[in-house]
Amino acid sequence: MSMWADAWDYVSTGVNWKGENGLTRPTFDGGWKFAQDSIAALTIEHLYMSAAAVITAAAIALPLGMALGHARRGGGLTVVLSNVSRAMPTLALLTLFAASSIGFGNRAVIIAAAIFAFPPILTNAYTGMANVDADVTEAAVGQGLTRLQVAVRVELPLSWPLIASGLRTSAAQTVATVPLAALVAGGGLGVIINTGLATQRYGQVLAGGVLVAALTLAVDAAMGALQRRLTPLPLRVGARAVA
Amino acid sequence: MRSAAPNPWLSWRYVESNWAEISHQLSIHTTLTLEAVAIALAIAFPLAVLARNIRWLTRPILGTASVLYTIPSLALFALLAPFTGIGRTTVLIGLVTYALLVLVRNILTGLEGVDPDIIDAARGLGYSRRKMLFAVEIPNALPSIVAGLRIATVTTVALVTVGVVVGYGGLGQLMFLGFQSSYRAQIATSSLLCVALALVLDLTIVAAARAAMPWARRGRSA
Repeated sequence: MSMWADAWDYVSTGVNWKGENGLTRPTFDGGWKFAQDSIAALTIEHLYMSAAAVITAAAIALPLGMALGHARRGGGLTVVLSNVSRAMPTLALLTLFAASSIGFGNRAVIIAAAIFAFPPILTNAYTGMANVDADVTEAAVGQGLTRLQVAVRVELPLSWPLIASGLRTSAAQTVATVPLAALVAGGGLGVIINTGLATQRYGQVLAGGVLVAALTLAVDAAMGALQRRLTPLPLRVGARAVA
Repeated sequence: MRSAAPNPWLSWRYVESNWAEISHQLSIHTTLTLEAVAIALAIAFPLAVLARNIRWLTRPILGTASVLYTIPSLALFALLAPFTGIGRTTVLIGLVTYALLVLVRNILTGLEGVDPDIIDAARGLGYSRRKMLFAVEIPNALPSIVAGLRIATVTTVALVTVGVVVGYGGLGQLMFLGFQSSYRAQIATSSLLCVALALVLDLTIVAAARAAMPWARRGRSA
């Protein structure tokens, strides 16, 4: 199949990785941006955008989800949020932000991706904390632990597998969402696909698709390993069932 | 940069003067969604039953489906485009692929969650395997199947928009056009219609499920 041959040519050509002029490009205002003709630069940019989105989302969703879960209220809110985010097309948020005062480019993409990264983290943090066996927390209270100590030293370790699995889902999903950035003049690996489609180089399109899929699977696997690592030993069997 | 021409997010005039195009894309969006979910359901059912009946097939079937699910939508359309061309077929295949995992998993969960006592009772009454499946197991698994159907439908509505990369994105086409020309009304209208379509389809499924499960109405809603 010549398509696969073209794709192989694209990924096996050194200059496609390094870029014609290195990994970065100067911008008009004296700054720099990632070169859009280098696979290496686009991969780094892709990971940076994804990380920024997930960290932003986690910074808000984790404390909120844990607090709500600890108090065991607001469960309806988490369900509504995740349902609405499912119905909202990513492209809609991206184009809405791009046409608003946020402007197009990576910032709009990171904000949109963060919004989609939010619900899985929130839901899992909430469920993890709220579903801790009431007998366990009662026993902890009976031993004289304060509410904060119960939350941090009893509920948190027990809910860690679920929280980690939420982060994993969210990270993989974000890495899979960021390629859409290319449609609204953002960066990341989607650029390869978009450029290929626009110039009818389908070998390049195929290569881009494989690269994005591989990156997503790699991030998912890495987060999975991290999740197992961070899960306290006695909980590892249970963690498997949840993930 | 741009002149100070008004560029409102919502404009009835836009809807009025472009209704032909909007309704055209809306109908493409709707038919594509329904077709994709119907095909996915037709494939998912036998697959789930197979995975349930033949134990060692369960893991490979679920595993393959979840790997497929992890592939980013843009990448999937990009991977298909060189082979299936630009347009409807590519988008449809992609949508079916994504709907498949959700459906297979939920149907399987539903079938496995049927109370063994009920199955025992049915077997005692002399039900054949086929009759058991259609008269006992599927009705009992219906809440889980419906839940999967709702998720699959709502995500499919959202996913159709990514079809833009191969020139067939339904309402996504309008969002993209609006983005290219900074036409806020076009983006906002098509986004709202997308969410509304998802809501309408979701509510339709819920209503159909209520009608199909009269026994669930008395207790807690499924």
